[in-house]
Order: sequence, then structure tokens, then C-alpha cells
Amino acid sequence: MHGHATLSRKEFLNLSATVGAGLVIGFHLLPKQLMGKADAPSAFGPNVWISINRDGTTSIVMHRCEMGQKIVTTLPMIVAEELDADWSLVKVVRANYNPAYGPQNTGGSASIRTTYDKLRKAGAAAREMLITAAAQTWNVPRSQCRTENGRVVHRGNGKILSYGDLVAVASKLDIPEEVPLNKPADFSIIGTDHMRSKDGRIKVNGDIHYGLDFTMEGMLTSVIARCPVFGGKPGRWDQKAALAVSGVRHVVQVSAGIAVVADDTWSALQGRKALDVEWDQGPGAALSSEKISKLFHEKANSKGEVLRDDGDVSGALKDARRSIEAVYELPYLDHAPMEPMNCTARVHDGLCEVWAPTQTPGNAHEVAQELTGLPGDKVKINILYIGGAFGRRLRTDFVRDAVEVAMKVPVPVKVMRTRDEDLQHGFYRPASYHVLRGGINRKKAAVAWSHRLVYPDGAWVTGGAADINYAIPNVYVDHHTVDIPVPVGAFRSVAHTATGFVNESFIDELAHAAGADPYQFRRELMKSINPRLTAVMDAVAKQIGWGQARKGRGHGIAAHYSFHSYAATAAEVSVDKSGRYTIHRLVAGIDCGRIINPDGVRAQMEGAVTLALTKAINGAITIRNGRVTQSNFHNYKLLRFDEMPEVEVLLIPSDEAPTGVGEPGVPPTTPALTNAIFAVSGVRIRRLPIGQVATEG
Amino acid sequence: MSRVDFTINKEQRRLDVDPEMPLLWAIRDHLGLTGTKYSCGISLCGACTVHIDGRAVKSCVTDMGAVRGRSITTIEGLAQNGILHKVQQAWLDEEVAQCGYCQPGQIMTAAALLAANPRPSDSDIDKAMDGVLCRCGTYQRIRKAIHLAAGAV
Repeated sequence: MHGHATLSRKEFLNLSATVGAGLVIGFHLLPKQLMGKADAPSAFGPNVWISINRDGTTSIVMHRCEMGQKIVTTLPMIVAEELDADWSLVKVVRANYNPAYGPQNTGGSASIRTTYDKLRKAGAAAREMLITAAAQTWNVPRSQCRTENGRVVHRGNGKILSYGDLVAVASKLDIPEEVPLNKPADFSIIGTDHMRSKDGRIKVNGDIHYGLDFTMEGMLTSVIARCPVFGGKPGRWDQKAALAVSGVRHVVQVSAGIAVVADDTWSALQGRKALDVEWDQGPGAALSSEKISKLFHEKANSKGEVLRDDGDVSGALKDARRSIEAVYELPYLDHAPMEPMNCTARVHDGLCEVWAPTQTPGNAHEVAQELTGLPGDKVKINILYIGGAFGRRLRTDFVRDAVEVAMKVPVPVKVMRTRDEDLQHGFYRPASYHVLRGGINRKKAAVAWSHRLVYPDGAWVTGGAADINYAIPNVYVDHHTVDIPVPVGAFRSVAHTATGFVNESFIDELAHAAGADPYQFRRELMKSINPRLTAVMDAVAKQIGWGQARKGRGHGIAAHYSFHSYAATAAEVSVDKSGRYTIHRLVAGIDCGRIINPDGVRAQMEGAVTLALTKAINGAITIRNGRVTQSNFHNYKLLRFDEMPEVEVLLIPSDEAPTGVGEPGVPPTTPALTNAIFAVSGVRIRRLPIGQVATEG
Repeated sequence: MSRVDFTINKEQRRLDVDPEMPLLWAIRDHLGLTGTKYSCGISLCGACTVHIDGRAVKSCVTDMGAVRGRSITTIEGLAQNGILHKVQQAWLDEEVAQCGYCQPGQIMTAAALLAANPRPSDSDIDKAMDGVLCRCGTYQRIRKAIHLAAGAV
């Protein structure tokens, strides 16, 4: 039923070698039919996920990419639950790239929701085999045996066999096709808070190795000089001055620019500084943020490609008691993970090995194969710990850098970026421009909603635009794209960073135009078509004490559905006379179906709120002379310690299937803040970042 | 190149390096202690924080020439005989880390704070931790962990 059945011996040996390089030393992945001596197997490995050693230690493979979302703990919790494993004996093995695991690319808040069933069945199959093994050992019917905490117990006489004791017998059994799953009511691992993170200790004692920490015998370090203008390339260049720097070994041209390869980081940096290079900037050098904004604005005057057209929006706007129009504009954003992009590669003797802090090992494998021309089985992708990603490491540009340099030098090379380089050569959350129109009837109900989006070619901005969370009879949504040479990519919550803000700001505008309470106004339009979102919104409203903000403070609320989950945020804010605002409270709620690791969900919500506040308060990548203006954390500011309000996270209990967690907390948080600013100051924020609130007083 | 003698994690070490090389790169590339992190390189984020003679210092802007004869502690040297420092233990108890990349800098900064001020107030914590950036969103847990380590809760 699982991957091992179709795994060839060669694939299996590769797999053993790759998983062996994971978190745990001494792990054996031994599907039973591959064991040399069936009588004395060292471990019971019924599928690619599980291996139980004779001492009872149980290795569970985590096949996705860990970047702070705690799946290194959460995914094994799912297997361990069905296995009825003793969590204290569970060791997690972080897998490298191998098709035997199925998709390993990690994004879209998908790790749990797309693997939950598969991992449960893997755990259950092993559990059923262990029960059979115990029943055979005791010569009793299976029905007299049950499992708990890493052992099989006889229901009648209380005899016990630990899983480790059953390795030899279980290894001889056939793997069952159909397996019963544990009842959620009996879960003792899933949904509990006492499972400590499996990588907690290495994250506090310095032992963890991220991509940038990777090293190996003979490895050199490289930095690349890149044309600062998008679309530019090296013109005349000379390697002499760079090669003259102590420690510099090679200077080579690759598609991203000129790579300086040296004994250590400092030499590489000094060599790049000394490098003599002129850039052919190309036509992109004339680009600026102002020009992009103007292009958007011009395009917004014409009808775009229609995404939704229900009823008669023009007629409804004409007949409305009150209609309003607003323009929203959002800037480019960089992911700016704390660990800059980097990757190590070695190309030698018909082999290519890559060590990458990547979210997309499958894509990395494709890129390395394409560049080297080697067959797939000669390209090995090692997945390293990631020091933050937020969508940036879905791209493979840094893998390309490393493989290209490694193809030109005879030793392993780590290619790393400095902060300025990382900020200025990203795949940005796209800038976008939104024209909204809405109408209110005599009964204070919204009767028309129109949204035109304009954004760069190749960007994903429409998610959440057409499928608004409100039952409005006349809805029209269209969109335009504009060709702009700034690279764009997926940023945590992707399109919803834009549509969540725009939708939830404009519905607030409509509520105020109707003279209605913004929470109740939303509720009336939402409850019939979206009960789960309504329930989350109700929970955050109740928690913040909606309508009872103390004097001088205002409440804002927002709710948004994304990545199959329902999230809402409420904020309490004050604004002083000079326009400075203070966030006093922030309540963030989520209904993500069944919760596997509650503390993991809380942490992700705290993280989503942090990201949303960061972009709301200061986030903007601006373009001048075809290049990014920002260069480091002084002008691309991250939220600082004393700016962080305490986030109160509400988890809505649910028996529904588990859904996304990493991203859904982002979209409602920014508008909850700006709606609160409006409530207390009367200033509507339609352009981000907020900066200073321009109060009328 | 210049000879620099110093103590790191209680060990005497000598390196022949460019005296202008930042301590960060010497620690990481020449001593193999990769727990100390690079992120901004110009003292804006605190990921590279180490202790020099007990004080929290940004190693990315500290030249090797300036550490002659000094005593350096990195995240790898904070635990004693395998027993975690109380700040590290509090970090585990509060499940602080997300990606974890900035945490060595956070922990070294917090440990120096508690050494100088055993019972810091919230505003003391704000002041001490303000220069250490976290992109994941762990600040509120860091605050709790510092209070926990201080024995205040």
C-alpha cells in the first residue's frame, strides 16, 4: 500500500543513504523484503515512514521541509498517534529528496492537510502488524490484543510485549491492505499540547545546521556580483583585481553575474569588492515605483478580464441609496528571512550533489538535472534546515547559482548572499492596484460590490477576489496585468495578502457608509453562506470585547478564508494627536479543522500576525532607476521587539479535516489594524505601509 | 595576516587571519562554530551576538584585531557540562523557537541581560532585546522565557 512496495533496491539504498544523513544517527530503513537475514532483522520497517528498532526506539521520517512551522514535530505526531507509539522513544529523521515519499515541496499551508490520511494509514498498518505479531507470539486471537504507548497488551491476562520485542516476528508478516484507524475520541497525541518539539534542543544550543552552516572537506565559499538593475547583465569585466585578493581562488561568470570563489567568506567578500565589472543595465534602468503606479492607474481605466459577474452591478450602483468608490494600492514586499539565500553544490565524476535550504526539493532536483544534464539518479538533493522562508525558498534561483558555480570549479562550493544582495534580488510579493465600488440600499444592506485588480504579469493576486465571503446580490470582479521586469513570487498567504486587506477594508468602508456596526454588518452578510468564518469572527469579537473599547481606543475586525481555513482578527488601537498609533491588543482566531499540534498552531498564528503587522507598519520595497532602493534592515524594517503586541490566539475546536495553518492568519490581521485605526481616528488607510496616520486634528 | 590569541568557550585559541576580518567569520569559517549566525552584517539584527568578557557584542562588526586577549563565549559555550543555561532551558519550556535562526542571538542577548539585571522589568527587556530581530514572530514567547529564566513567574 505504500511506497516501499515499488521501491527498487537501488532506490532503497539511495533512500537509506539519504535518510541516514538526517537528524538521527544509526537509523535503519529496512523494508522487510530487502533484509538479508530475515531471522535477525535489526529493525521493523513496514513502510518508508517507520522503523522500529529492537530497543523500542522508533524512527519516523519527516519528508517535508522545516522552516519554522514545526512540522518536524507535527507530521510525526500523526504517524505516532496511529502507531500508538511511545513519543519519548520517537526519533525524527528528516528525509532528503526521494520520490518514494511523494511530493516534498512545502508551501501553500499544505503539509498537514495533504498528508494526514497517508501518514495515519502508515502508522495504523505498522500497529496492526505489531498486534498480529504479539497475537502469534502468545498464540491468542488478535482480538485479545490492544496497543498503547509503544507496546502490545493482552486484554485478558495483562501480558505485555514492547514494540522492540516484536521486531523479528512483525518483520515476517505481510503488510495489510486495509487498516482500521484510531477513533479521534481516543487520540492521545494528536490535539495534545504535551508533545515537545523534537528539534527544540538543537535550536537553543547551536547544534542545528541551516543551509548557511553547511560545510565539507575542501569546500570553497562564493559570493556573486550581480547587476543591480533587473534584467541587466555584466558588460566588461576583469578578474585580475579580485584574484589578487588573498584567499580568492576562482572568478567565473554564471547566469546571475560574476562569482568570486574563495577559501572563506571574508576573502570572497573582499574579492567581490575588488572585482572590476561594468554592468550593461538594459532597458530596465528607467523603471521606478512611481512609473509602476502610473502604469497601474492607466490600466485601471479600462475593462479587464472578467473573473465574476453576478447580477447587475452597474444598475445596482445606480439604484443604491449610497454608493462609494475607493482605490487601494499595495507595494512590493521582500520575504527577508533571517537566513539569506544560499546553497552548496558539488559536481564531479558524473554526479551532482546539492545541499539546499529549500522549500522545493523536487524543483531543485529538476534544476540541477537540467543544468548538469545528468540523469535523475545521479543528482542528489539534501534538504537542510531553513532559517525562515515565507515563500522565498519556493524558488530555485539559489540552487541554480550553486550548481552553475560548482560546474565551473573542481571542488564543492557554497554560494551565499549578503543581506543587500538578498533584498535586492528577490521574488517579491507583487505591488497591486485595486479599484473598489460598492452600494448600500435603504435597508443598510450591501447590494453591489465591484473590484478591479491591476498587477504585474506572472503574479498571483486574484485568489480571494472573486469568491468574497459575503452574500451580496450583484458582484463584478475583473483584472488586468502589466508587464513589469521586477521578479515576483509567492509571499506567505500569496494573493490573500492583497485581497484579504482590500476586501476587509472595503467591507468596513461599506459598513461605515451604511452607518452600521462593522462587525454586525459583516455578520449579516456572512452568516448564511459562511457559518465557520462567522463563528471565528464571533469568537474574536467576543474576546476583544467588541463595542466596549475604552475611551480613546478603537476596535477593528476582519475575517478571511484562505488555504481551506477560516481566520479572523480583532485589534484594539489608539492614535495620538501626532498620528502615532499604538496596538494595545490583538486577538487572532482560526478554525483549521482538526488541530494536530495546538502549540504549533498558536506559534504559526503569532508568526502570521507578526508578518502582517510588519508589512502593515513598515513594509515596502521601492524601485528607483530599475533597482531596489532598500539595502538592509535600516530601510527595510522588520517588526522590533517593543513593537510587538501580545497576540491572544483563539483555536476553534473542530472535527473537520485538518486544513492550512501557516498562512491564513496573515490576511485578516492587517485590515483589522487599519480598520481599528479608522474607528478611533477617522483615517482610512488605503495605501500600505501605514507610516504615520495623517489625522485631521 | 596577523596572529590573534584569544579564549573562546574557555579554550585558548590562536588564528592567523586578516585583523580586519569580523569575528563572526572567524568563529564560523575558521573555528567551525556555526551557532553564531550571519544575517545583516552591519549590526542591525543581532543574529551574530556573542559575549566578549561577559558583555553582549555583535560579532559581525567586531574585528579580529579587537579580540586579542579577550574571552569570547558563543551559543555553543553557554551550556555547562551538558546542562543548559537557564535561559536555554526557559526557551525550551516556552517552546520559543520557530525557524530558530535568530535564536542564538536572542539567547546570548537575554543571558547577558540576566547576568547584569537578574530581575528585568518588561521595559528592561524591551530595551535589551530591541536590537535582535526575529522574522518568524517569537518576541512574545521570548519575553515570557526571560521572565521564566529570571524566576519571576
